[in-house]
Amino acid sequence: MAMQSGRLASVLIAALGLAVWPLVGGSFSIDLVTKTMIYAIVALSLELLVGGTGLVCFGQAAFFGLAGYAAVKLSPQAAAPSLFWLLPASMAVAAAYALFMGALSLRTRGVYFIMVTLAFAQMAYYVVHDTPLGGGTDGIYLYVKPVAEVAGVLLLDLDNPLAMYYFVLACLAAAFVFLALLMRSRFGRALSGIKINEQRMRATGFSTYPYKLAAFVISGAIAGLGGFLFAVKDGFVNPELLSWHLSGAVLIMIILGGLGHLRGAVLGAFAFALLQELFKSEALFGAFAKHWLLALGLTIIASVALLPRGLIGAGSLLVHRLRRTPRIDVGAGVSR
Amino acid sequence: MSEVLLRARDVTRRFGGLMAVDRVSLDLTRGSVHAVIGTNGAGKSTLINILSGELPASGGSVALHGTDVTRWPQPRRARAGIGRSYQRTTIFPNFSVLENCRLAAQARHQRPWAWWSDAAACRVSVPAARAAALRAGLGDELDRPAGTLSHGQRRQLEIAMCLATAPEVLLLDEPLAGMGAEETERMLALLAELKADHAIALVEHDMDAVFRIADVITVMVNGAVLASGAPQAVRANPEVQAAYLGAAV
Repeated sequence: MAMQSGRLASVLIAALGLAVWPLVGGSFSIDLVTKTMIYAIVALSLELLVGGTGLVCFGQAAFFGLAGYAAVKLSPQAAAPSLFWLLPASMAVAAAYALFMGALSLRTRGVYFIMVTLAFAQMAYYVVHDTPLGGGTDGIYLYVKPVAEVAGVLLLDLDNPLAMYYFVLACLAAAFVFLALLMRSRFGRALSGIKINEQRMRATGFSTYPYKLAAFVISGAIAGLGGFLFAVKDGFVNPELLSWHLSGAVLIMIILGGLGHLRGAVLGAFAFALLQELFKSEALFGAFAKHWLLALGLTIIASVALLPRGLIGAGSLLVHRLRRTPRIDVGAGVSR
Repeated sequence: MSEVLLRARDVTRRFGGLMAVDRVSLDLTRGSVHAVIGTNGAGKSTLINILSGELPASGGSVALHGTDVTRWPQPRRARAGIGRSYQRTTIFPNFSVLENCRLAAQARHQRPWAWWSDAAACRVSVPAARAAALRAGLGDELDRPAGTLSHGQRRQLEIAMCLATAPEVLLLDEPLAGMGAEETERMLALLAELKADHAIALVEHDMDAVFRIADVITVMVNGAVLASGAPQAVRANPEVQAAYLGAAV
């Protein structure tokens, strides 16, 4: 109970910190945190698959990018589209591709599953890269950003960076709460069981394939939410949104934060973004800042070696090391 | 007359040129323990895998309550009442004892769409899980992480997880493996109690235990049935004695 209260408190403090950040941060930092929160949403979506179900998907960027492209392609050129239909439509495109990808890739296991999901993502990448549909390497622009309007009253204008920030924060909070509830529900418990021992789950009476497919589609839809937000924020999409680099980065985020924890996914996204900005800083690293990828890679390798449970487990690991007591894992699947 | 719950007829399984199970027939009846014995590689575990639906049969048929379930996948057979345990313990070590059993009980009441409702507060699966754990002798360990249980308790938990799915047929693959004398006694007492309302198939290498608890014994050699019948008849069978070459039969 005390542990749960501590988790809840840490989540509420983080949410409060994000809510007041625009009051103290400059426009660059608001933009950076907005982008990082979008990546946190994508990291949460992948956490459902990797940490929650044991499915290491290497194609998350496909859902992210396709939803972004859908948002741009479905928007009229000269009028502001309504958020109320554009957002669900973009998520539906991502979910549909997740259904297609999952239906076929979930028939494979282990490293084959990883490779098949990567192959599906690369297929989507080349469709937008090599055809007029996606505007090629130049990408395409979203000329008018969506609005939320009811009976002529403008509720939300996403062209305003502050409105965009709070809308992304609300989406992050909604995705987090939804996944937290999902993982403690019977569906989520079954996913945790599948992650630990699929053979036992089948012997117990669970048809595991539909469960995994449903998780895949939900994950795709949530990643699609991230892709929609990214497209609206930048007003621009290009094939890089679907590249395997992004799939890899999101995977690193959840490993860095700590697999099996939704809080870890969010923490990992922020840690990744901060490390990126830190090592890119010429003020701090001078000419070496050009090699920021090398520094970032070494830092991630060191953190994985030293913190096997990720940043989220750093505190308890330190306490147990100081007390010289063995740590027993009693967490069940994904915790909040 | 005893009620036949599971009936296998001429069940066969080939792996390429190897006949792992060769036209095996058996009946599992409520109120009896049917032991399947044989040397390593005789096909006992493969037979259990076929009966539970984990492996498809190359030939023959399996019927549950007279319904042909030969083509049913394993989860459907499990929901229809066939529970099984494995040679290697297959519990969820990070979950508590109660959660292990609750998850198993959930198989009968899945409701995966109710994403807003807390599984730990389920009014169907939680009482079923408690009852199963209690029956398997783990009533005092409900909140303990399963990974911290002793080997014998883990085997009990495996049985409890089977019971939580409310099965009528129990297929137990070496439930006594690796147990000490005290744990073996506890498990035998549990099986004797379970036999009253279940049909039990028991694959086991501990011959003393088998001859104490079994009502019917089937001896397998090279995938085929060498002998089958009451324990005394099997013990006296010269072919069985020859096959075991003086082993403690």
